[in-house]
Amino acid sequence: MVSFTLNDKRVSVDAAPSTPLLWAIRDHVGLTGTKYGCGAGLCGACTVHLDGKAARACQTQISEVAGKKVVTIEGLSPNSSHPLQKAWVALEVPQCGYCQSGQIMKAAELLASNPKPNRAQIVEHMDGNICRCGTYHKIIAAVERASKEG
Amino acid sequence: MTINVKAPELSRRGVLAGLGGLSFGLALGADGLRLIGEAEANTPTSGQQYNNWVRIAPNGTVTIISAGSEMGQGTSTTLPMIVAEEMDADWSKVAIEMTWGDEKLHGYTFNNQKMMAIVGSRGTMLYFNELRIAGAQVRKVLMQNAAEKWGVDVALLKTEPGFVVNPANGQKLSYGEIASFAKVPSPLPAVDPKELKQRKDWRLIGKGVPRRDTPSKTNGTALYAIDVKLPGMVYATAMHAPVHTGSPESWNDADIKKMPGVIGTVRLSNGVAVVAQHFEQAVAARNALKVTWKSGAAAGFDSAKALDDYAKLHHDPKAQITNLSKKGDVDAAFSGAAKKFSAEFRSDYGYHAQMEPLNAVVRVAADGQSAEVWEGTQAADATRSEVAKALGIAPDKVKVTQCLMGGGFGRRSLGDYAAECARIAKEVGRPVKLVWTREEDIAHGMFRPQSFQCVEAAQDSTGKVTGWKHCVVGEGGVLLHTGIQIPYYEVPNQNIERRGVSHGIRLKHWRAVGHVFNVMAIESMVDQMAVEAKMDPIDFRFQRMSITPKARKCFETVAQMCDWKAARPEGRALGISITERSGSLGAGVVEISLNRQSGKIKVHKVWVAVDGGTIVTPDPAKANVESAIIYGLSSILHERITMKSGAVEQTNFHDYELMRMSDLPEVMDVKFVEVETRPTGLGEIGNPFIAGAISNAFFRLTGKRLTHLPFTPDRVLETLKA
Repeated sequence: MVSFTLNDKRVSVDAAPSTPLLWAIRDHVGLTGTKYGCGAGLCGACTVHLDGKAARACQTQISEVAGKKVVTIEGLSPNSSHPLQKAWVALEVPQCGYCQSGQIMKAAELLASNPKPNRAQIVEHMDGNICRCGTYHKIIAAVERASKEG
Repeated sequence: MTINVKAPELSRRGVLAGLGGLSFGLALGADGLRLIGEAEANTPTSGQQYNNWVRIAPNGTVTIISAGSEMGQGTSTTLPMIVAEEMDADWSKVAIEMTWGDEKLHGYTFNNQKMMAIVGSRGTMLYFNELRIAGAQVRKVLMQNAAEKWGVDVALLKTEPGFVVNPANGQKLSYGEIASFAKVPSPLPAVDPKELKQRKDWRLIGKGVPRRDTPSKTNGTALYAIDVKLPGMVYATAMHAPVHTGSPESWNDADIKKMPGVIGTVRLSNGVAVVAQHFEQAVAARNALKVTWKSGAAAGFDSAKALDDYAKLHHDPKAQITNLSKKGDVDAAFSGAAKKFSAEFRSDYGYHAQMEPLNAVVRVAADGQSAEVWEGTQAADATRSEVAKALGIAPDKVKVTQCLMGGGFGRRSLGDYAAECARIAKEVGRPVKLVWTREEDIAHGMFRPQSFQCVEAAQDSTGKVTGWKHCVVGEGGVLLHTGIQIPYYEVPNQNIERRGVSHGIRLKHWRAVGHVFNVMAIESMVDQMAVEAKMDPIDFRFQRMSITPKARKCFETVAQMCDWKAARPEGRALGISITERSGSLGAGVVEISLNRQSGKIKVHKVWVAVDGGTIVTPDPAKANVESAIIYGLSSILHERITMKSGAVEQTNFHDYELMRMSDLPEVMDVKFVEVETRPTGLGEIGNPFIAGAISNAFFRLTGKRLTHLPFTPDRVLETLKA
């Protein structure tokens, strides 16, 4: 049994300590906004925040998050009100949408530490997150919009 | 304390007029896509059934079934909007439900058959006319009911969004009010296409209606099949024969069954499935499998060697030849030619790499006589029939709930992994979620075929292109020759053929599939002729080839967009190519530079002019073309599947690399040519021109031709040295 804080609620997961956080969140707890893409830390679809920093949930064992704070896309804001979520809707960023939770969580990490990133900083920060629909240009535009209007 | 999250037990919709007992799962309200519960399913949005597509509730909610499938292209909004346009519905009161797998109710008509498969990005194209008629039919019924209520001639009435209006006295009845008393005639009134709305009266089509599924895709609520959870559900994953068409002989079953959480193993015709309480347990067990395989037809297959053999096959008079197009007298055109050209091209296998690994959820009834399926599918009808076949029951005993797809790109139209899940669910007697790992998704992929091609062209003494030969060699039948025809160039003497081989490799539609390599070969040849003639490539096409007016317009538009004749910065060059796909035509230009040390090609700018017919939803339409551009760039510059000893060599995104944000072009400009023809496919038109355009730009920079896809840095360096 491993306990941690998930989106401001204390949760306990009864699973082997080596269980990837991704499956603990998705299947044991039931929050499915965090996605499985590669299971190898290569695509970023499973990005969550671990004590405020972006982490790949598929590469994080639950034993590593004991007592820590995990935030998923469902906990990023009440009512989808984070400036990034608003910008994502305004610019109609998603296509299939599958990678977008991870994209938004990764971008949120950037804006938290650098509220006014330039384009090069956005690209450098987001380069680990794959979007197979190729919405990269809209992701950049949405991060820029959120940073202006945030 | 563990949070108890209510399992999304999907609703059984009870008995609705004409839809008795069908199971629904997803609904799109104004707030996006959501699950509908049992109570809701039977109350406000239910309403009265008007035809196969529309229900109207007394509270005014108009529920429209969304045809097709949603893999990111946005048709879950576009298609209902077409119905709403013709019925003059108030869009803010429209709720959308995804269709389920019943082609008789919700298929489009193709070759006199009802079908649901969405491949080639043809959803809007195939459904446009039928949905307009369906919407007009509902409007007719509503007007007839209002006319009877008021005792007036229906010809005197009009509609405005959500209302039937009597212009003579200003009386109005809302669609909801009419729904409370309406009689729906049987048979439904016929609609003459002449009765459809005039283009100038459109309020929704072409007007920029936002996609309904966007909000749910920014807050984690969008529901993909991989997110579905049923009570008592267990998890499965599979290991398939590494050699395509192989099968399992035996495996370390006793060891696997001792592993934590493992419920059982299931023998599949082409692999072994492991079932466990949790997915990570199933994966751990799969990774511990030691299987003795019975090898299949692809045993010993070496993709690089096979490609070399294709070249020999091209010269083999005994090869199996399928003629694809014969026009005029090709032999005469070549024997009397003033100039002749010949070039060879190769391309490697391509993988779809949809972000959501393949998965499905299946619940088989205790008596084994019916089943429910949740799947992200490009063909709900195929899923229904494949699952039925796997369970030995009739298709109408299978209910398919379409979920959102985390990408499709042509892979998801067979129902194969849903059928696999059904077999597993039946054997373990529990609802099962089957998820393939990414590694499995690649190893057991179905690929864009590899190919060898030879293109030959002949010019007469005036320099006109009068002869054309194109031969494509490989495995894959129609997949190999899509895009090989050149309807945009009317070359009078043509001989286009395919030479088939059989390796037993799994192949499938793939975003414009054969177009990717065929168009590269075609447009590279045209560029070679232009270079030889010392002519501008666009001028060459206009003066030396019989180009169709539609193609000319695309070239003219893209030339203007990119200021074609303007000088480029040092180290940069432009390349141009045209392509057709699914009724659309597109001419594109790329501006590239090259790192001669690393061999890396950088694409800085991309311009595309597309004739896609009437554009129904402008923003998603543009996004579709942009998406295909990126897909094209990714596949042409990075992606490569190779096979040794019959097995795929790549395993995940570290060795099957996809384009990332840092390779994004600085400019991506898409423009639709304004026309009034019916909508044509848009999701793939942005892809096939990329290879030819890059190859032609590369020639302008280096004087050398890239002829083997993908143009990876190692191949670029080899070409530079050659």
